[in-house]
Parts: sequence; C-alpha cells; structure tokens
Amino acid sequence: MPHTAAEPRRRSFVTELLGRSDYAIISDLVEPNSRVLDLGCGDGELLEWLVRNKDVDARGIEIDSRKVQRAIARGVSVYQSDIDEGLNGYPDGSFDYVILSQTLQETRRPLAVLTEMMRVGRHAIVAFPNFGHWAVRLSMLLSGRAPRSRCFPHAWYESPNIHFLTIRDFELLARDQGWTVEREIFLAGHRAGVRLANLRAEVAVFLVRK
Amino acid sequence: MLVETRLARFESVCLDCGASLSPVEVAYETYGTLNAAKSNAILICHALTGDAHAAGISHDGDGGKPGWWDNMIGPGKAFDTDRYFVIASNVLGGCRGTTGPGSIDPKTGRPYAMSFPVITIGDMVRVQKMLVESLGIERLLCVSGGSMGGMQTLEWAASYPDMVVSAIPIASTARHSAQQIAFNEVGRQAIMADPDWRNGDYYDTRPPARGLAVARMVGHITYMSDESMREKFGRRLRNKDKFGFDFSVDFEVESYLRYRGSQFVNRFDANSYLYITKAMDYFDLSDGSGSLAGAFSRGDTRFLAITFTSDWLYPSYQLMDVVKALRSMNRDVAYCDLPSNYGHDAFLVDVGEQTELVRGFLASTCKLRA
Repeated sequence: MPHTAAEPRRRSFVTELLGRSDYAIISDLVEPNSRVLDLGCGDGELLEWLVRNKDVDARGIEIDSRKVQRAIARGVSVYQSDIDEGLNGYPDGSFDYVILSQTLQETRRPLAVLTEMMRVGRHAIVAFPNFGHWAVRLSMLLSGRAPRSRCFPHAWYESPNIHFLTIRDFELLARDQGWTVEREIFLAGHRAGVRLANLRAEVAVFLVRK
Repeated sequence: MLVETRLARFESVCLDCGASLSPVEVAYETYGTLNAAKSNAILICHALTGDAHAAGISHDGDGGKPGWWDNMIGPGKAFDTDRYFVIASNVLGGCRGTTGPGSIDPKTGRPYAMSFPVITIGDMVRVQKMLVESLGIERLLCVSGGSMGGMQTLEWAASYPDMVVSAIPIASTARHSAQQIAFNEVGRQAIMADPDWRNGDYYDTRPPARGLAVARMVGHITYMSDESMREKFGRRLRNKDKFGFDFSVDFEVESYLRYRGSQFVNRFDANSYLYITKAMDYFDLSDGSGSLAGAFSRGDTRFLAITFTSDWLYPSYQLMDVVKALRSMNRDVAYCDLPSNYGHDAFLVDVGEQTELVRGFLASTCKLRA
C-alpha cells in the first residue's frame, strides 16, 4: 500500500493499532521506501506496519526464539541474535534508520550499541522510558525504595532494566559524543510535546545521527 | 494425495570430477499445479537416505507409505500444494530411481558399482537444474531441504542465484565439518569392512547387509539427541526384566537400532551410501579460508535459515555462519534457532513451528515479488 501524505487520522490509527505511543512517533519519523532495522523487534509488529504502510525494506533482530517465530510467520525478515552480536556484521550505512525501542535501558553496553547503530544506519531512532519522570522521582523520595511507576513496573529483583537514564542524560551523552539530535519527541501517555520534559515525559523518542 | 514417481531421461551430465555420465535418469514426483506464469514452483531436496517420494501416498508399490516430508508438503501444509507446485527428485548417485552406482553402465551392461564416478553436491544440483528446466521452469519460487537437502539448497543459491527467488536451508551447513566427515567415514568403513561388500561388486549376490546396517545405526545415533534417546528408551530392557548376561539384545535402544539397521538394508544400496556420504564430505562453499561471503555474492535470493537447539550433528553455528555471511552483504535473511529436543531429526518430526516459519516466509516472498 503506497504511503499517502501525513493526515491526523493516521496517527490515531497507528496508536490504536499498535497500542504503543512510541510506535506512533517512530512511524512518523520513518520516511517511506527507506531501509529499516529494528533492534529487539519483538514479534515484528512495528516492522510489519512499516512494510505495509510505508513500503520500507524491513529487517529485525530479536533474541527470543518465540518472538522470532511469530515475526517470521508474519513475513518479516528477523534474525535471531542478541543486539551486540547482531549489529556487528552489517556494513557501514546499511540502513536509513536503525530503531531501538524501549530496549536501551536493557542493554549491557548502551553506548557501544548506540555507536554501532549510528555506524550501521544513517539515522538512529531511540525510544526509552524516562527515569527522570516525576512519578519515579516521587516514588523513590517518598518510599525510600527502588522506584516503581507505570513505565518502570518491575520490582528491583526482576527488572530487565539495568541502565537507568533520563532525558537529560541522553541529551548530555549526545552532546559529549558529538551526535546531532535531529528530533526529540516527548510523550506523557498518548500526548506528545510536553514542556519540562525531563520531569513530565514518560517516554522520549530521539532521532539522532553521527 | 495419491502420487506417482516419474522418470526423466537426459543424454549426459558433466561432473565436477571431470568425468561425464550418460545417460542420466532422474526419478521425481510433483505435487500441486504449476500456474500459467510458472512462478509457483518449489524444489524440495532430500537428505542422505531420502528419495523422490516426499509427500502423499504412492500410486504404485511402497505399500502406500506416505512421503518422507508428508507432514510439511500437501494441501494446507507448510509447502501448500493448493498454492505451490512442488517438485521432489532422487539425487544423483542415489538408489531410488535416479542413476547411481547400482544402475546399469551401458558400456558394460553391468552395474557401475565402484566404476561410478565420484559425485558432488554440485553435480546433484546440476542434474536437478536439468530436471527443473525440462519442466519448463526458469525460476524457482523456493528451494528447500534439511540436512543434505539444505546443502543442495545452499548450492543452488550459490551456483544458480538467478533461478532461486528464495531458499530455506534447514539443519544444515555450507561446509562439512571434521565431526560430520568422521561419522560418515565410520559408516563407510563399516560397509567396506563387510566381506559381502566385495569392492562394491555384490549386485549378483548378497549385499553387505551387516556393514550397511551398522552404518545406519551410527547414523541414527547422530540424528537423535541425548534427551530424545533418554525419553524414548531410557535404560528400559527389551522383553525381559533382568540382564541376560550375554550379548543378545538387553536394552530397548539396542533393539531399536538393530531394527532400524535391518530395515534400511531392504531399501538402500550400500554403494550409494558410500558415494552420497563422500559428496557430503566434499561439500564446502567457502573459499578455503572459511569465508562464505564470496559464495553468495551474486543474486538477490531471500533466505530463511532454520536450526534446532538440540541438533549436535548439524549444530546451529553452521547455518549461523551462512546467515552472517549474508548479513555482511546486507542480504534479505531471516534466521531462527527453534527449540526442540529431537536433535537432527527435528526437521522431519518436530514440524509445528517450522511450518509457521515456512508458511509466513513463502507468503511474504510471493508478496514481495508481486
């Protein structure tokens, strides 16, 4: 299905279809007919949507064999691997976009992953939950325990998250590494564009390049 | 699905060893209907001891036995014969209808036996290409197979990439490893150590049944996993509740291997076993230094590679090497390491998840090409 120019209906449709607000933003950032690699692509939901609606050339990397099965079964070319191992084989500039959605905080070496993303892709799209959100700050302040919130629901002993970062952290890292932040989009619930983002945004989506 | 094995005949084929063979006959079966555009053909390649009877119930003979991949090929199955035209043939060097060491050498009027030229996976695929072209097909929608069938699949993609839209190698490798060669050599030595082998010249008399049975027993061990053997046999005794203190059959597993070995002798030619295992051992698509990138540098074939976690005969790393080489050229490749306890046999018996993968991959291949 060919992509038609942006219309407000589509965004709400995307949100509804995928049920994830960061997916809606990511879909908006990706140009039609581009080459996309989704790291930690799960069962390929986002990639399938991008193929169908933006005619992208889609690839995915996912470690969980069950999710890989579902992704391949829905017709997406997904490669079973961990993210570090999966990225290093690709030639420089293989993709227009390399997407890392809600996984950065789970990687063992986030900076290495980000650097590889920007080697393999012309742009990196990074979406992550904001550890600076007021609910997280308040949770820790008031309870004196490892903070939990809507975006960080796990108890400390079973959380997949091993590197906690805030929007401010990411901005500083980008500055230090000399990356160009092309877009930053902040989400609170399904609402985009919040002010005082590091305090009020639950999820941030960055479009960056080297 | 009632099916029939047919025979195609070709004048000659040039082989990698430099010799040529003429004539060459190929046993094959087809399932489903070739569409008008001839764009829905899928070639299925069999493993070491398989044959052209991949699916359905034989029209003649074979006691109505279903094909060796009947759980994967048929109406509504992974290789859906309502949508695709599926071709399966017996490999060159085989003993199930295609020319092999047991065939009559027209020059002598006697079976080739050990005067049959040593063949390669490349030769097998060259003959398959002749068959496919004789059916009027210029491009295959897909080539697929497990084990040695996967080796043929990779050879197709490397040698004739323009003819292969997509490839599904399963539980296979692009280069036989020392361990794989070692097991094959044990099988060959078992055959050649049997006095009935007579340097391969046994067609007028008794075949080397004991040697071939031992080769098959070794094979069967490598096709299973520690876990599947434990589940299937454990230490259970066969028709007794205490040890016999002799060398008759004590354990279930012994009984099973003996049975499988003796059954195999009825349907397989020992010389074919020698020739085909040798072809597998020679198989190496790398440039000698282990790099596979060169082999797949041409064409735009899509790949789906499937391995199984408990397969220790064709361990997952082998197809992963292929996948990495493809990825280094940014080729369209999907890969899944399916969880299974069945060892190498998984691609034949544990087909539920494999079916979903193949079905989705084929459907998206059709869509991409449309």
